[in-house]
Amino acid sequence: MDVLVCLKRVPIAGGTFLLTADNRDIETKHLGFGVSPHEENAVEAGVQLVEQMGGSLTLLTLGPTDAEEQLRAQLAIGASRAILLETDGQDWDPQATATALVEAINAEETKFDLIFFGAESADSAGYQIHIRVAHALSRPIITNVKAMTVINGVVNCERIAGSERELYEAPLPAIVTVRDGLNIPRYPSVPGRIQARKKPIDIKKAVPRVPKLEKLQLAVAPSNSKGAQILGEGEAAVPALIEVLKKIGILA
Amino acid sequence: MILVLVDHDRGVLDPLSLRALTAARKLSADVQAVVIGRDGAKVIKEVGEYGASTFFVATNDVFADYTPMASGKALLELVAKVNPEAVLAAGSPRGNEQLAHLAAFMDLPMAAECSSIKIGNPHQVTRARWAANIFEEALVHSELLIATILAFSVEPEMVGGTAELKEFEVKLEPADTLVRVIGRGSESKIGGISLTDAKVIVSGGRGVGGPEGFGILEELADLLGGTVGCSRVVTSSGWRPHAEQVGQTGTKVAPELYLACGISGAMQHIAGCKNSKTIVVINTDPEAPILSYADYAIIGDLHKVIPALTAAVKAARG
Amino acid sequence: MSTLPAKAKVVVIGAGIVGNSVAYHLARLGWRDLVQIDKGPLPNPGGSTGHASNFIFPTDHSKEMTAITADSMRQYKERETFTECGGIEVARTPERMQELQRRMASAHSWGVAGTKVLTPAQVKELVPYIDESVILGGFYSPTVGVVDSVRAGTLMREEAVSMGALQTFANIEVLGMDVENGHIKRVRTDHGDIEAEYVVIATGCWSPKLAAMAGAFIPLTPAVHQMKDIGPVPFFKDTKGDIEWPIVRDMDTNMYERQHGTGLEVGSYAHRPILYTPQDIPSNAAAALSPTEFPFTQVDFDLQDEHSLELMPSIIGDENIREKYAINGILSLTPDGMPIVGETPEVKGLWTASAIWVKEGPGTGKALAEWMVLGESEIDMHSSDISRFHEHQKTVFHIKARSGEGFNKTYGIVHPNEQWASNRNVRLSPFFEQEKELGAVFYETAGWERPFWYESNAQLVEKFGEKVMPRTAEWEARWWSPIINAEHLQMRETAGIVDLSAFVIFDLIGPGALSVVQKVALRQMDVAIGRVVYTPVLGINGGFKSDLTIMRLGADHFRVVTGGAHGMSDKKWFRDQLPVDGTAQIVDLTSNYTTIGVWGPKAREILAAITSANLSKETFKFSTCRTIEIGPLQVLASRISYVGDLGWELYIPMEQGAKLWEMIWESGKKYGLIPVGIGVYGTTGRLEKNYRAYGAELETEYNVVEAGMQTPKLKEQEFIGRAAHEKHRSSNPVTTLVSLFVDDHTSSTGEKRYMLGKEPILMPDKSPIVDSHGRRSYVTSAGSAPSLGKHILMTYLPTELAVVGNKFLVEYLGEFYPVSVAGVGATPLFDPTNERILS
Repeated sequence: MDVLVCLKRVPIAGGTFLLTADNRDIETKHLGFGVSPHEENAVEAGVQLVEQMGGSLTLLTLGPTDAEEQLRAQLAIGASRAILLETDGQDWDPQATATALVEAINAEETKFDLIFFGAESADSAGYQIHIRVAHALSRPIITNVKAMTVINGVVNCERIAGSERELYEAPLPAIVTVRDGLNIPRYPSVPGRIQARKKPIDIKKAVPRVPKLEKLQLAVAPSNSKGAQILGEGEAAVPALIEVLKKIGILA
Repeated sequence: MILVLVDHDRGVLDPLSLRALTAARKLSADVQAVVIGRDGAKVIKEVGEYGASTFFVATNDVFADYTPMASGKALLELVAKVNPEAVLAAGSPRGNEQLAHLAAFMDLPMAAECSSIKIGNPHQVTRARWAANIFEEALVHSELLIATILAFSVEPEMVGGTAELKEFEVKLEPADTLVRVIGRGSESKIGGISLTDAKVIVSGGRGVGGPEGFGILEELADLLGGTVGCSRVVTSSGWRPHAEQVGQTGTKVAPELYLACGISGAMQHIAGCKNSKTIVVINTDPEAPILSYADYAIIGDLHKVIPALTAAVKAARG
Repeated sequence: MSTLPAKAKVVVIGAGIVGNSVAYHLARLGWRDLVQIDKGPLPNPGGSTGHASNFIFPTDHSKEMTAITADSMRQYKERETFTECGGIEVARTPERMQELQRRMASAHSWGVAGTKVLTPAQVKELVPYIDESVILGGFYSPTVGVVDSVRAGTLMREEAVSMGALQTFANIEVLGMDVENGHIKRVRTDHGDIEAEYVVIATGCWSPKLAAMAGAFIPLTPAVHQMKDIGPVPFFKDTKGDIEWPIVRDMDTNMYERQHGTGLEVGSYAHRPILYTPQDIPSNAAAALSPTEFPFTQVDFDLQDEHSLELMPSIIGDENIREKYAINGILSLTPDGMPIVGETPEVKGLWTASAIWVKEGPGTGKALAEWMVLGESEIDMHSSDISRFHEHQKTVFHIKARSGEGFNKTYGIVHPNEQWASNRNVRLSPFFEQEKELGAVFYETAGWERPFWYESNAQLVEKFGEKVMPRTAEWEARWWSPIINAEHLQMRETAGIVDLSAFVIFDLIGPGALSVVQKVALRQMDVAIGRVVYTPVLGINGGFKSDLTIMRLGADHFRVVTGGAHGMSDKKWFRDQLPVDGTAQIVDLTSNYTTIGVWGPKAREILAAITSANLSKETFKFSTCRTIEIGPLQVLASRISYVGDLGWELYIPMEQGAKLWEMIWESGKKYGLIPVGIGVYGTTGRLEKNYRAYGAELETEYNVVEAGMQTPKLKEQEFIGRAAHEKHRSSNPVTTLVSLFVDDHTSSTGEKRYMLGKEPILMPDKSPIVDSHGRRSYVTSAGSAPSLGKHILMTYLPTELAVVGNKFLVEYLGEFYPVSVAGVGATPLFDPTNERILS
């Protein structure tokens, strides 16, 4: 079982968003970086599959040189190697990103049985790269997966729809995008960190393309920071809370 | 003409589609709608009332249930036939997914989660990023605009009218139908983490005092059909398993109700619960940071307030 | 939240452990109308207190820090926010084992209870998860503990509130401060302005930013301390509390490991110094976690992972134990590693306690409150005094250079004479080039490069042979040279020229000048013009605030000369006493004048050859000064001596210094003049003459009578500390300063060892010596007395023990050496009748 997980380096946002002076990016001076939340679940799923079935887990990202930090962190979880498609650090539009990923995947000797994406990136939320990659590779794609098993060359998945779960399946090789809740992503162990420092990362220059979805500038959404309404003190406030629970539909 | 994908689940309309119709109508007087699958024809009345003049129904036997790639194929065929200026859909998981398939088939750009659109050459959009904390102004360089409409950025407006039904049969390749809904269930058959699915989370922090203190939280959570969560200090102290930790280094949750008991609200915890619909705090400290993120608060000792609350919920239910 | 009051007696800015402690102690001492504000929420406003590791090791080589830490532990215990768990500093190298023995000695000197040096097996018994094969031993402190600093601070605040003294306001941002006539007037905030008599800045790493609002400097830099929490650790699964196992400090890798609930926290001071400016620290809102918890940078911790794996492989090496949490926590570093406490020299009424760690918070808060309310703290805080900084030491460049250099010494083995490598050559004397040519080895004081000895004198070592008391042990030979002792002996034969440029010099002028110097000085200052007076300066409780020299140059004109290290604090002390009517002023002349010392039997002949002035002992008496002509130069010559020989200090405008040096040098050739370094001036010459030094023997904790420096008659005029001093004079001192000779230097391995200072003096049965005020006997100064062929130690002994010939022990690096009392009181051991000086 050969698994590929596609990741994106994103800042871990704090309480308030600040923008850079040119309003083209969010200010990351005070922020750390990680991968998009759902992608941690994707790596965990990959690690578990390889633990169960053998094979290899490879990571792929497109981003700045510094994305090596995220690759090392995820290598520490259990992947065996990583590929970094190096950009100038600018946002790439989804088509350009998908094209670069497809080229890199096609250049690999390994024909990955499963390719994982996170259901959405924390920062750009374009909802399309994974689908473009699936089309280019002519593979079935199941999105927004909350539960998954692989049996006899078929991936079975569940996706939340309202109060129900929809069931899907697809023959391998396939692409799956996963959501938070699929599993509990493990954190690195210190031995994992130490091993990760020695794992190979192939760094390739990615060729930029003229964006068809062209970012002009960003703006911060008006704050809706609330400040709590004090219902009262101690047990005396319980009736007021019961009213609130009724109002928001928790109690009939 | 603007073509709007109207979404439905086995004949039940996705109300967000009406907002997409309204958004389209504000861009053009000529709005037409399309639905995938014969079941979808049931929603023709609403589609007409919200301003579509024509209602295309894509038919094929596989359209008995959701088949995302085939939806893309159906849209591809229709676009070739009716040549719209734009194809819009609701910014829902399904809307985004089906239009992404269309965009991938056509190798055209797609703008997801737009709060405003100006048709032109290039098209100009404002779209949500960072969970709608940030808005991006962008240009879309293509003749046909493919975009989804940010949920709740438009209020649906009924205009009255009727739509003319036009069915068309879609030709599909086997690959288009590989992935489709093959079954349903109310419970997971495979597993997964209940914390992210829970509608109610009763979460405890340092103020709970110890592992034994969580009993009253569990009782309340059960009663409300929810589950128990906790803060980092609780798991580091070994009071509760890591699976229950809410926060940046735990699970990020967005329940209907997040009841934070004895949690002061370190940023790392806030990061994990701030998307909850309603946050209620029970805390002895009126200055606790979590209060500035909460909707409601009771100032008091959780060990007294929670049993009283549990009793009151029981009473309210009779 | 109620609204901010428009007026308060004190505004305390900051609600971390320091601000809370200051507020509480001000209230306890009776002050009311206190307002405390913080820009963050309570009880954890987002500063460094909120993410501190909260453990306390009681022993430090600094007496001041150990005392403050002990007082802090007491206060945490009083509030039941202290959990004792013990702690072990482990050694991986022989050098570190020696350092642990030094720590034992410091523990004994400062009275830290129960410490032990352990074998690896004994360490393993206490910490079963350690790999004892990588260590050589450990220094065990059973009283190490972990505190809840947020809770302790909250309780302190609540106590002050319940006294009706304090109002606290969270989420208030300070926007500015107003100063009128050099005095703090008002704090401006986003919730309105508060007028205040006093403002205390207790805002940790933000302090420089706040001080700058008032035009003051708090020279610290925010820096990163990394920590990583891993778990759950199966071995800890049954632990109930936050801390049950001893904390381990892996000194040689600059790391610590502590059990924390079911996890293990690994912290490091080993990574590259990561320094910020206060402007880099985000607001509470913009921060990802808290403003002082920066995102963890794994790449800086890579090596530390491997080091912790070596020490605790059974935990760190367990693949199932995961990282739970990791941060780059922000703490404050200062250029000399000491805290910053006291009233800013720039703005009256603006006080601070900054760069304080959790282990020092409550004690420092108490000391600052005492200083503000009573005028002096119980614990002598002079090493932390904010007024110690010279102007160049307040620059960002200096702060970053020295803090960065000091960071990796946090757990380092720092030799008592160790020199800084960064930011050198800032202040150079006019004869720096000549000194360099003579092979001067420069040590730095207050930015000045001072020759400590001269390699050009190396041949003298051969001349004096064994009399230079050569040192074979590397530790004592480090930052030392036998040339120092050779220079000393040669000076006693002929003469030496000494660069004294590092003096801080300031004049007091105006009709009010006499009353200012009278108020500050213990000795009579209404003396004849041309008199030079060496005088102690007392604090209000009669302890030593300083000692210095004052020349009367005119009826309304006095010149104060004091050491570079402490001079800025002295200047502030004088300035604080200036009359409000402006009739006396201070003029700082430090950079206007350089000083050359010429001492030795040939000093008179050397100078006489180049001046027409009468230098005879009848005309130019000891303790007098006058302006003389030397060639084309007007030189202020002052006949005093700190080295025990005939000679003069010569004051000359900076730009003419080189000329004066050259003339003396030329004249001295035929008299055998040699260049002499500060090694002689500061140590060997001084100790033979039994001269006391401020910061060593002289501290606020000791008084004039105990130091043996009282004069037969007390002046009539009022002076600071008079009431206390009169009391001291009227009763017998409980302790007395003595000089000890080391009777046998031979160690168990047969090597001669020489103590360097701060070692404990013990009874022959190795029990500690404690006076009736609880003060322990330790070595205040140590050094060679080459003319006596002895190694001298100074110490205070309970008066009943201070008898010449009494025998004691000194503990040095784990061994005990016999010492005996050689002299009691101020009478010099060398040339007791001062024939040489008066010749």
